[in-house]
Amino acid sequence: MSPDELKGRIEAGIPGASAIVTGDGHHFNAVVSAPAFQGLNRIAQHRLVYDVFGAELGDRIHALSIQTQTSTTEDSP
Amino acid sequence: MSEQATNPMRDAIQSAISENPLILFMKGTPDAPACGFSARSVAILQSVGKPFAAVDILPDPRIRQELSSLSNWPTIPQLFVDGELLGGCDIISEMYESGELHESLGVESPSDGAAAPEAQAVQSAPMSIENRL
Repeated sequence: MSPDELKGRIEAGIPGASAIVTGDGHHFNAVVSAPAFQGLNRIAQHRLVYDVFGAELGDRIHALSIQTQTSTTEDSP
Repeated sequence: MSEQATNPMRDAIQSAISENPLILFMKGTPDAPACGFSARSVAILQSVGKPFAAVDILPDPRIRQELSSLSNWPTIPQLFVDGELLGGCDIISEMYESGELHESLGVESPSDGAAAPEAQAVQSAPMSIENRL
């Protein structure tokens, strides 16, 4: 599992999301922004990201740290 | 209506969450955390200075299984405040840094008070869910 693979999965799994993922193949850190986070509390935002990976968490992905940010379409350059 | 199977483990976890205003499910104990994320969460809670209950999920794999199915949260640690999941290590850290954690726990934020918070003895014996069964 590579950081790029996680990035791809997150961006495919959450509409409009963009992710910055770093990691060593087992432990990862993901900074995710998505319009879908709008109006959700942190718990719900993190759940959206966890849901992308399901049972792979704790298995193929040993640890995943998440920071979420709400993005709006206006943020695009 | 589906039949509700008896699930003592789940009941024990639910009671622990209901009975403790602040409870951390973690890997290891506050004295000997077995994972960096659990260690960080304990350090943050101790720094906030509010007493908390702790449950080590490692002794029995069913604890984690039932906890995650109950909370709909896949990772450990998990912090519950007044019966509600507040979050895992990332959320605890973020809220600590922004001062929201103090607010959520009803503790004055360090920036609000003149005196730096003194280290408090918040240690309580870890709870053993598995021994309650």
